[in-house]
Amino acid sequence: MKDIQKQIEELQKQVELLKKDQPKDKLSMIVFSGSLDKIIAAFIIATGAAAMGTEVTMFFTFWGTAALRKKAKIKKNFSSRMFGFMLPTGFNKLKLSNMNMAGMGTLMMKGLMKKKGVLSLNEMLEISEESDVKIFICEMSMDLMGMQPEEMVDYKNLEYCGVAKFLAEAHESRNTLFI
Amino acid sequence: MQVDQSLDCKGLSCPMPIIKLAKTVKKMNSGEVLEMIGTDPGSKTDVPAWCGKTGNILLEQTEDGGAFKFYIKKK
Repeated sequence: MKDIQKQIEELQKQVELLKKDQPKDKLSMIVFSGSLDKIIAAFIIATGAAAMGTEVTMFFTFWGTAALRKKAKIKKNFSSRMFGFMLPTGFNKLKLSNMNMAGMGTLMMKGLMKKKGVLSLNEMLEISEESDVKIFICEMSMDLMGMQPEEMVDYKNLEYCGVAKFLAEAHESRNTLFI
Repeated sequence: MQVDQSLDCKGLSCPMPIIKLAKTVKKMNSGEVLEMIGTDPGSKTDVPAWCGKTGNILLEQTEDGGAFKFYIKKK
């Protein structure tokens, strides 16, 4: 009898351990691209998942980080100023990854989206904020391109982090995506 | 069928119908029925998928000339 009790206790311990390591109903996304179409896809998936009751975290890095800029006047050194000059300031400045055709394609796509009732990126960002989608921004890409927190979008659940934070979040997520 | 609330998603595109659906159902009481109307063809598969994932019950789904109607019971 004592043996059986011991075994049950052992099993219970193992079940507890397994439960701890189970992935949660959570989606972790890396948004690497800064193209209009890919960022739209990322936000559609994020807001859709949030509506399905899934916890969502988005990690923006490299061109994705640059896509989250807004217009701001900040004193910068030469290389950061050059980067700042070439990178977009705001969602409105993003371009399609394909068929941009010197801006014509992007313009056409935006027109079509409006006509078909697809939300604009600014509206999607608002919905993400309302649905508690978390945004993490890669500290290193900020540093590399000389961007400062003051020039990033205003967003309630926004944090700066490194790769370990993403990996920890991804570890407990059932779904991970790279966009 | 007794309908407690209705939601008009006509003209809205993915993912708005699902976002609105989630928001509306959140405010309803358990057992109440929502009638949802939309024109997004994606919602034909999206609404059943949403119900399956969230545990709410899709009672009926109809299609009438490009308009889709769903009856959803909150769990």
